[in-house]
Amino acid sequence: MEPFVKQSGIVAPMDRANIDTDMIIPKQFLKSIKRSGFGPNLFDELRYLDEGQPDADNSGRPLNPDFVLNQPRYKGASVLLARENFGCGSSREHAPWALEDFGFRTIIAPSYADIFFNNSFKNGLLPIALDEAIVDGLFKEVQANEGYELTIDLENQNIVKPNGDTIAFEVDSFRKHCLLNGLDDIGLTLQDADDIKAYEDKRRQSSPWLFDQVK
Amino acid sequence: MAKTLYDKLWDQHVVKTRDDGTALIYIDRQLLHEVTSPQAFEGLRIAGRKPWRLDANLATPDHNVPTTKTERDVGIEGIVDPVSKIQVKTLDENCDEFGIVEFKMKDIRQGIVHVVGPEQGATLPGMTVVCGDSHTATHGAFAALAHGIGTSEVEHVLATQCLIQRKMKNLLINVEGELGAGITGKDVVLHVIGLIGTAGGNGCAMEFGGSAIRSMSMEGRMTMCNMAIEAGARVGMVAFDEITAEYVKGRPYAPKGADWEKAVEAWSDLKSDDDAVFDKVVNVKAEDIQPQVTWGTSPEMVTTIDGFVPKLEDAKDDVERSGFERAYKYMGLEPGQAITDIELDRVFIGSCTNSRIEDLRAAAAVAKGNKVADSVKQALVVPGSGLVKEQAEKEGLDKIFLEAGFEWREPGCSMCLAMNADKLGAGEHCASTSNRNFEGRQGYGGRTHLVSPAMAAAAAIAGHFVDVRQFELVK
Repeated sequence: MEPFVKQSGIVAPMDRANIDTDMIIPKQFLKSIKRSGFGPNLFDELRYLDEGQPDADNSGRPLNPDFVLNQPRYKGASVLLARENFGCGSSREHAPWALEDFGFRTIIAPSYADIFFNNSFKNGLLPIALDEAIVDGLFKEVQANEGYELTIDLENQNIVKPNGDTIAFEVDSFRKHCLLNGLDDIGLTLQDADDIKAYEDKRRQSSPWLFDQVK
Repeated sequence: MAKTLYDKLWDQHVVKTRDDGTALIYIDRQLLHEVTSPQAFEGLRIAGRKPWRLDANLATPDHNVPTTKTERDVGIEGIVDPVSKIQVKTLDENCDEFGIVEFKMKDIRQGIVHVVGPEQGATLPGMTVVCGDSHTATHGAFAALAHGIGTSEVEHVLATQCLIQRKMKNLLINVEGELGAGITGKDVVLHVIGLIGTAGGNGCAMEFGGSAIRSMSMEGRMTMCNMAIEAGARVGMVAFDEITAEYVKGRPYAPKGADWEKAVEAWSDLKSDDDAVFDKVVNVKAEDIQPQVTWGTSPEMVTTIDGFVPKLEDAKDDVERSGFERAYKYMGLEPGQAITDIELDRVFIGSCTNSRIEDLRAAAAVAKGNKVADSVKQALVVPGSGLVKEQAEKEGLDKIFLEAGFEWREPGCSMCLAMNADKLGAGEHCASTSNRNFEGRQGYGGRTHLVSPAMAAAAAIAGHFVDVRQFELVK
């Protein structure tokens, strides 16, 4: 996983609540057995005017000119601004994979669905939850100023606005540690292998039926 | 100290608590399917890791499998879509390579993971159950702690048998009273989602309690827990009782003999203590619940069968107002339109929410002796597993459906998410017993209305939504 320390980038506003994972990456693209290559199909049904197919060339497809990511002023955006309950729906990790593959590193919204939130951290994508009023203010500023950029400083847990003002944000300390260092948490968990074995032995004694082989 | 069911399940699975407040939680069962596992197996291979405990895992292909008999009779090679075929093959290869038990496509035990686990007794009370699928909440109906995870966590569980978790809040949905005739678990859970919204349970473990739940079948409880995620709760749960024990007893992987007695004794404590404190309680009167139909593109956009598509002035704020506007347009509906005026193009009875034997019986009871309306292009019945299909055929339900003009298919996820060939065309309205009415979910441009199995069957026959209670009267 790529470490996340500090990033700056153009902010793309998606003024919509309950953006679900089917919208982020439609199901036909989940047939891939890889972790990469989902970027061209991020928000496929909103972004293009026709139906996308897996393993197809997307370069000649008709774009929806009204969709925010197709507007020239948001080209190269790496911060996505959205409304409440972002990432609701399925547990597909293809959603953060697609956002990352497209070039997003940070999402800012008032709230997130739990599974999406968790999946994002595993992929170097930082979901930041801010008060609804602050998010609303950001929407107004982004829409009013072409080329609006934010700097996200994970180490100091703040967002720096173009005028130098900062917005503080909360992040779980373990997740922050993993993101800053690009750590794979399987390796960290395996450091506790003895504890896991001890727990397992105890459980095997007390509830042997949990260890019967399924055939 | 008094504990909730969630507190008890959590405490029983803590391997280690860390200074930062996270805990290492032991996972008793992982279910695997073809869509969210290939990258996890690949991760193990790249890191040179082996699964921690093979016998904790059980796999079956479900999302991509075709449901027509002609394709299924051939096996994997019969899958017409080449990309789907690769994914199903990859699951087989990974399970063979790592030594994980898999119910392959031609095994009669194959089916939707959330139907198969409970059916086999592979889901047991007191377990922690995970799967790379958000509808894993289903298994909480057995007083298990069950939730969906992403692919990185699938790999994490394969490699360590644990997950790093932070404890969630306790939310109780207390449904007191007696449900009216024709009202099912599906109507209850849609009603709850309508009350608290799709984000209402975010950050919470949701327990369903109260007299209406205590008298509900396991199938009904599974339907409710299945859709806890549509209210934002990763975890849905129901306390253990005699109904749970009755369902589990004798299943292939359920404990037997002396172990059974010992297990039931241990399980009998899997309920919230009388004086347990919840962070939040939502009280629902069972008598208030009517048959539910979703009109929009989020499960919270739901109303009763005698209701109407809401008007813009009914929206609580600007964000909801713009959501309503988008939904009217996408769904091709007018504000104020009566739900019973919505005409259907297709009907889908199936999915991990409603494809169990009780669901099929309820739909068949409505279909019996009737005919699917000419205006309905297709009405699909897709059993949740090979064993559900076999049981339904023993009871003659397949004949009832076929005579009424429904199609009787092979088990899989099918049109719930349309990863196989079963899908809606653009603009088509579908009465569906599945769980999500998101844009494009059942097919590009498709329009989904979520309902119970009996309501879906009634809609198929009438060609538009009807109140299943009146329908039975006039039949």
